[in-house]
Amino acid sequence: MTASLALGPTPDVPLSRINPCAQILAAVVVSVVLLATLDVVTPAVVVAAELCLLPAAGLTAPRTLLLRTWPLLVGGGTLAVVNLVLGDAGALGALGIALRVVGLALPGVLLVASTDPVRLADALTVHWRFPPRVAVGSLAALRLVPLLVTEFETVRLARRTRGVEAGRNPVARARLLGGVAFTLLVGAVRRAGRLATAMDARGFDSGVRRTNARGSVLRRRDHLFVAGSVVVAAVAVTASVLAGTWAPLFVGG
Amino acid sequence: MRSAPSRRGAAASEHVGPARVTARGLAVRHASRLAWALTAVDLVVEPGERVLVTGASGAGKSTLFAVLAGLLDPEAAEVTGELAVDGADPRAARDRLGLLMQDPDAQLVMTRAGDDVAFGLENAGLPPAEIWPRVDAALAAVGWRYGRDRATQALSGGEKQRLVLAGALARRPGLLLLDEPTAQLDPAGGDVVREAVTRAVAGRRTTLLVVDHDAAPWLPLVDRVVEVRDGGLVEHPSGWRPTPRTAGLALPGGSSLIRSPDHRGSDLTNGGAGGAPLIRSPDHRGAAVVADGAGFTYRGTTTPALAPVDVALPAGRVTAVTGSNGTGKSTLALLLAGLRAPGTGTVLASAELAARGERRPHRWRAGELVTRIGSVFQQPEHQFLTGRLRDELELGPLRSGSGSAAARAGAEELLERLGLTPFADANPFTLSGGQQRRLSVATALATAPRVLVLDEPTFGQDAGTWRELVTLLAEQRAAGCAVCTVTHDRDLVAVLADAEIAL
Repeated sequence: MTASLALGPTPDVPLSRINPCAQILAAVVVSVVLLATLDVVTPAVVVAAELCLLPAAGLTAPRTLLLRTWPLLVGGGTLAVVNLVLGDAGALGALGIALRVVGLALPGVLLVASTDPVRLADALTVHWRFPPRVAVGSLAALRLVPLLVTEFETVRLARRTRGVEAGRNPVARARLLGGVAFTLLVGAVRRAGRLATAMDARGFDSGVRRTNARGSVLRRRDHLFVAGSVVVAAVAVTASVLAGTWAPLFVGG
Repeated sequence: MRSAPSRRGAAASEHVGPARVTARGLAVRHASRLAWALTAVDLVVEPGERVLVTGASGAGKSTLFAVLAGLLDPEAAEVTGELAVDGADPRAARDRLGLLMQDPDAQLVMTRAGDDVAFGLENAGLPPAEIWPRVDAALAAVGWRYGRDRATQALSGGEKQRLVLAGALARRPGLLLLDEPTAQLDPAGGDVVREAVTRAVAGRRTTLLVVDHDAAPWLPLVDRVVEVRDGGLVEHPSGWRPTPRTAGLALPGGSSLIRSPDHRGSDLTNGGAGGAPLIRSPDHRGAAVVADGAGFTYRGTTTPALAPVDVALPAGRVTAVTGSNGTGKSTLALLLAGLRAPGTGTVLASAELAARGERRPHRWRAGELVTRIGSVFQQPEHQFLTGRLRDELELGPLRSGSGSAAARAGAEELLERLGLTPFADANPFTLSGGQQRRLSVATALATAPRVLVLDEPTFGQDAGTWRELVTLLAEQRAAGCAVCTVTHDRDLVAVLADAEIAL
């Protein structure tokens, strides 16, 4: 019933071969440029480059693409409309703002679509010395999310068996939802406690320096990927300056 | 980038060989309770020995497990007497222990099977080159039938437990501690777990302690059986067999089970597979609820969760719904209980039960539903809504329009009847599993429904609770209630069912 929500291993796509750390670093590079300017050309170039990576992340079918990006499209669109109506940025300025939002968020979409959470945790702990407590703990917690979705439905039905139902009253609905959420939270905390016990029993966080069975290696292609992001950023700024639209946010003074 | 792994942690695995467990005068008291959970436990388990610790619900088995596993928080419990695993305090010897507990989903960490087994070895600081051969060996030792890359999410409960066991074995524990590892599994899943444990301990390279109220299935596997009773341990002689839980059971109304082969399939849906005795379903006249070609398909899926079936629940009869996992038993229970609308066919209550002229239970308001159809879910905790037992029992009556005085009187009576009066002001979540189960049935009975639908009510219950539940349901039958229970429990079907629907 929740098969579509099951958080199994992520399918292998070409972008999966780029180390998650390299992907994050590249995202930081383009984000810096996006945050530094208010024009429309810079984000347009960056977004164009990011769109080129969609097929590599396996996001070609319009349906999957829309499913993954709709919140970001809605957010960008709303910002653009608000700025157009209330702001003094004009049509191009509003478009630039929307493109900035899309450009900032797309690397995240690409990372999630192409990266197995386990590989991400491996990369973060191996290369950037993330505490295993955080990285591995998050992995364990992530496994529990689909269970929560199934339980939500059960708990909702269980309330009806006790005579508790909201009907059409929106206030009662909100209260009922709050009650269900609380029951779920209590259940989740208890399960998390049991999971922590089980992890302790297998020596997690026992003061011994943890090794990584899968490892995480940075290859030439990872360096090239980051270099590529620097090139994209440079091209975006150059294009913007040449077009005469470059409008840095912070002018040194 | 990778630094040389420290060998400190690997020390644990160098202690090879089974562990010896000794307890002398061990007593444990939980800080929140006045009474001691265990008063005088004496136990010696020799290296490589296999021992079953059994006992009734609430006897202190779980406490014994927790103290043996070094899981008791010293702040939350007082422990006196001696306890040692290979001469050391269990908390200091935790690297020598391998644990397998009840909830499979609360023991797996990773998304892939191999990674999960490797988890415990990474924690021990083993170099990666040594990890994978040990992962493969541990998987082979439990009879794992899939690859390392198998997604853990897609596994059945039994296979998940098998994997957890592999994860424990990979660390080469001296003592394997199992706490009711099959309590949340159906009989087939339980068999999977016991088969895996049998393989795992075949070489006697580890000492085995199994804690389980259901002793019978473990007997072929263990050398001896001890029982937790009155705060201490009683050693059972070899050849000991638990008393069958059905022994001496006298039910009101008597069972009118008909097992005649002549009736095989005559009135039943789907033919019923697996050679289970098929029982004539009573005719639809006088039925409190009738499902006619009722089926259900979850949104976003193509295969139906429940293929269309015909079921009648006559007043004063117990109807058992049986069948293997995935045949839609629980879904059928939801349809009959008025919790979901059937996707195909109809589910109709008798004209007598109709509310505002409406005979489709799923269209009833919740307040109307609770006085007509009571439901008991598999997990009692899902149905608890208040912070006190008393409030829990008053909730349904209050919601269906009873006065507060009547609700209170009803609650008192049910508490008394189920022996829960001492816990009237306790939080339902603090009760033991058996007590929670009794309470969840009591909450359904509080509104005196004419129909009772239960999903696996005897799941994981000890003999005492089992007998109480069976008696309670028989009383409801005698009072004219139409009882429907989804179950894997053959004993329950044998002593209580008037009709069986085998899906």
